[in-house]
Amino acid sequence: MSKRTIIPFGPQHPVLPEPIQLRLVMEEERVVEALPAVGYIHRGLEKLVEKKDYNQCVFLAERVCGICSFLHSVTYCQGLEEIMSVTIPDRARFLRLIWGEVHRVHSHLLWLGLLADSFGFENVFMHAWRCREMVLDLLERTAGHRVMLGVSCVGGVRRDISDEGLADILRTVDALQKEFDEFVPVVLNDYSIKQRTVGVGKLTKEQAAELGAVGPVARASGIARDFRETGYAAYGEVGFKIVTETAGDCYARMKVRCGEMYECLNMVRRAVAAMPAGAINVPVKGNPTGEVVARLEQPRGEVIYYLKGNGAKNLERMRIRTPTFANLAPLLAMLPGCELADVPVIVLSIDPCISCTER
Amino acid sequence: MIKRVFSNLFGSPATRLYPFTRREPFAGSRGQLKNDIAKCIFCGQCQRRCPADAIVVGKKPDKSWAFDRYRCIVCGYCVEVCPVKCLSMDPKHGD
Ligand code: SF4
Ligand code: SF4
Repeated sequence: MSKRTIIPFGPQHPVLPEPIQLRLVMEEERVVEALPAVGYIHRGLEKLVEKKDYNQCVFLAERVCGICSFLHSVTYCQGLEEIMSVTIPDRARFLRLIWGEVHRVHSHLLWLGLLADSFGFENVFMHAWRCREMVLDLLERTAGHRVMLGVSCVGGVRRDISDEGLADILRTVDALQKEFDEFVPVVLNDYSIKQRTVGVGKLTKEQAAELGAVGPVARASGIARDFRETGYAAYGEVGFKIVTETAGDCYARMKVRCGEMYECLNMVRRAVAAMPAGAINVPVKGNPTGEVVARLEQPRGEVIYYLKGNGAKNLERMRIRTPTFANLAPLLAMLPGCELADVPVIVLSIDPCISCTER
Repeated sequence: MIKRVFSNLFGSPATRLYPFTRREPFAGSRGQLKNDIAKCIFCGQCQRRCPADAIVVGKKPDKSWAFDRYRCIVCGYCVEVCPVKCLSMDPKHGD
């Protein structure tokens, strides 16, 4: 056996957007084992629900993650609506879908940029982020903020989108589609990108199922599982197509996310076309009593919220299982056998969001 | 893609020279909180609802309304609950 070395990768590393440490056990240039160390960014948000009332905690849930923020608040609201037996108006469900899907496009574009950055492809990084800026501007125009939309509330949504706003969404979606048509095929067929991603960080279907992979990581390994299938919000009416790949490598994960971006745009178009008129929220009276497990598909996979109320205005307990947490075990299975230079690409390919994992 | 290459080479940058060039804020954007203090009845609703504890309302007799901009998370919840609608969101950031 050759000599083994341990290389600490992170918590500060140029390609890592957020702090996580992987202790890489190396044999020459090859990774033999990876040991994660987390806990660099714990903020105690779950504890804070005991101090704020359940309406204020919508904003708290939104701040769990800085990328899929809106979807966190929607999960939280859906959970409370279930406990309190509130049925939200149809228009609110459609608006949640539209904002949610636009958010997914922004998250995937951000990810594509970061992935390209991890293998030094600055052009793709800048191009993806330039497109993302169009999405963020759209979010600001329709919701009032670029990232922390703050539009979800228990009982529906706070803000309506006018007909002019809906037309604006369609225009932006068309412009984005044009941009994607231009650069996504280039990215997917680029020789150097293929060299860095094809066959790198493989995760078989069995491994993905066994280790509980979620989201695009699972779908890239051939598991056609997406929580949107259950038809929450307006997904039942709008319908969508699961994007899957079978190779299970970094390239497959990239392909799945690129395919999903197109699918998101289509869903937004269909949702705008089928947008029902009417109220956007219903008044909610009383305090939550009982417990619920709320689930929802975020850009990184399925998130699970456990909420428990005891009749007081503050919740008794909130517990969040974020998709990145579920994808850490698959990540550790992808790393052994790869070269040190591929580690950043593989880590980025699961789209890690450590802040929400540690909350 | 060739078109994009040329526009990147010869076009203007995608970014602005902030703070010299500023983009006009979008209407309806949540920039900063403003209070029309003449209308305020110092009821304290905004203080109770604010998730970030950014507002302190002094009840009668001294009647004061203080707001810490650096605590505010511009959620707009206080604007929604204010009974006399004296609070509003200014789309502008800063000054
Ligand atoms: S809720 Fe409105 S009226 Fe009441 S104290 Fe606040 S700003 Fe004044
Ligand atoms: S906008 Fe939100 S954080 Fe800011 S003062 Fe109002 S309630 Fe508090």
